[in-house]
Amino acid sequence: MRVVLAEDLALLREGLVSLLETHDFEIAAAVDNGPSLLKALLDHRPDVAVVDVRLPPSFTDEGLQAALEARRRVPGLPVLVLSQYVEQLYARELLADGSGGIGYLLKDRVFDAAQFVDAVRRVAGGGTAMDPEVISRLLASSTRDSPLGRLTPREGEVLELMAQGRSNAAIAEKLVVTERAVTKHTANIFAKLDLPVTGDDNRRVLAVLAYLNR
Amino acid sequence: MNGQLARQSRYRRHLLAPARGLRLWLLAIPTILVASWFITVVSMITGFLGVLLFPSATLLMRRQVDRYRDLINRWTDEHIERPYLPEPPREHGVQGIIKRFVALLTDPATWRDYLWVAADPVVVLFTAALPGLLILYGVWGFLLAAFAGGMIGHYGGSDWYAWVHVDPGYDRDAERLVSTLVIATACVVAGFLAGPRMMAVYGRWGRLVLGPTEKSRLALRVRHLSETRSEAVDASAAELRRIERDLHDGAQARLVAMGMTLGAIEHLLDKDPAKARLLLAQTRESSATALHELRDLVRGIHPPVLADRGVGDAVKALALDHPLNVEVNVEVPGRPEPPVESAAYFAVSEILTNAAKHSGARRVWIDMRHEAGMLRVTVTDDGRGGASLDAGTGLRGIERRIGTFDGVLALNSPVGGPTIVTLELPCALSSPKTSPS
Repeated sequence: MRVVLAEDLALLREGLVSLLETHDFEIAAAVDNGPSLLKALLDHRPDVAVVDVRLPPSFTDEGLQAALEARRRVPGLPVLVLSQYVEQLYARELLADGSGGIGYLLKDRVFDAAQFVDAVRRVAGGGTAMDPEVISRLLASSTRDSPLGRLTPREGEVLELMAQGRSNAAIAEKLVVTERAVTKHTANIFAKLDLPVTGDDNRRVLAVLAYLNR
Repeated sequence: MNGQLARQSRYRRHLLAPARGLRLWLLAIPTILVASWFITVVSMITGFLGVLLFPSATLLMRRQVDRYRDLINRWTDEHIERPYLPEPPREHGVQGIIKRFVALLTDPATWRDYLWVAADPVVVLFTAALPGLLILYGVWGFLLAAFAGGMIGHYGGSDWYAWVHVDPGYDRDAERLVSTLVIATACVVAGFLAGPRMMAVYGRWGRLVLGPTEKSRLALRVRHLSETRSEAVDASAAELRRIERDLHDGAQARLVAMGMTLGAIEHLLDKDPAKARLLLAQTRESSATALHELRDLVRGIHPPVLADRGVGDAVKALALDHPLNVEVNVEVPGRPEPPVESAAYFAVSEILTNAAKHSGARRVWIDMRHEAGMLRVTVTDDGRGGASLDAGTGLRGIERRIGTFDGVLALNSPVGGPTIVTLELPCALSSPKTSPS
């Protein structure tokens, strides 16, 4: 699987390269600034891009802008965005085209190599990997009378895991409950958010994220 | 439509100006009393009683003159600011009294005030009050022609209306009656026509005497700057202390602990690998916590979206994270200087926090635009209103902080709501940065 990597801190870039290479990814290009990222994405058309939000030369959201621009030109190009911060605003912009293949994770998630690699694979396969913090901040900012505010804490947890792109089985394992219990929770969530129920994990996540994106 | 409105307001001005002039004329009565009292006190100035009474007499005069400033500001296009030099800090005892006395005595504005109270009762007669007096004279002319002239003649009186002699026989002399009517009409017409013009002349006279001189303008500016500067210095010192404390108690302490745990792990690696693994997991956990704390700290110093995108998107991001339903409308083509952006951002952040805490609002609207060299932010909520600057809501603090940038804050919060907070910060915009649609 071919990866384009953009990270301006040499130490972290090397770390990510070796991490991905040990997990059988092929690094097509590892760049350290916005303009060369856009060029690399368009030239190499990788299976997935791992991109730091903040890049030189401007040290603003250059990586995010390059990723969004690349996705405008190559619809559905899978991009996993890494950042020191998660912002709902940026999550919305990434999800806006509704075509999937999007990840948005805090940089510390790299600490857990297995989970991180799992997330990269999921994004490459057109799935999603939203950082739990995106959802938890969203839930924290929703009022009691909004549909999100009506979710029970457990349903919130399930929603969080769903947004990370996990299947029912994975959620059940993580929460130490039966898969049937998870199915019940998801049905409740979908009912409360007034969304059509679907068995397909990917479409399910997209429906939820599209809802959150409203 | 607009032209019609303008015409209407012009007629209104012509109708109102004479009456307003007469009110200014009536104000001369207390003014003369105030002026007499002031000059009496000044005549006693060589004695202790004069020194003792001087400040109160001066302040009494200032109050009277403020009334003129207020009326002139409302009724003319002039805008007169209070010109007084800042008073020295209050001190007790004889020394304090003398210091205050000297400060008021040496303030040029005190003597310009006196010039006003002494001269204005006369000046107003020939400026603002003239049209009103002309109209009254005209009305008297009509009364004379109608019946009063006849009555004066009947009782053997004698009077002059302009150059028309009013004596027995006046009411039977058609020529004199017609002259009276012509003069009276001319007076009334001239009064209404000249009203706004005379009011404007009066306004200029007011600005000349009552407005700040270059010196007092500078003194006021210096006071404002030194106040806001010391506040800015205090605030940034407090902020640095907070950051130092947060780092010391948070990330720094955690890094120390992690170093120690890593040492222990090194030690355990051969003897007890299972325990070492457990400690490693713990260390990873606490490195994540340290990162989390650093993130929160940085967010409080300079939020990432503010750095990336500027104040418009930063406020949008703020709205997304806010528990209330917040609608944001931004029309700022470009970016203000970073300190202004930051001040505006944190002001809005605090106003939102206030709204959530105190107002009971369900919805908030934020409008942010750049007009005429000003960044103007309006935050409206549908809460219960009744907010005040001094009720410990933190609005005073915001006002002080944006004061450093010559920004102002206005609060409009009638009981029952809505609450509208408006911020205005003078600033220039740098070239716009492209942002995704």
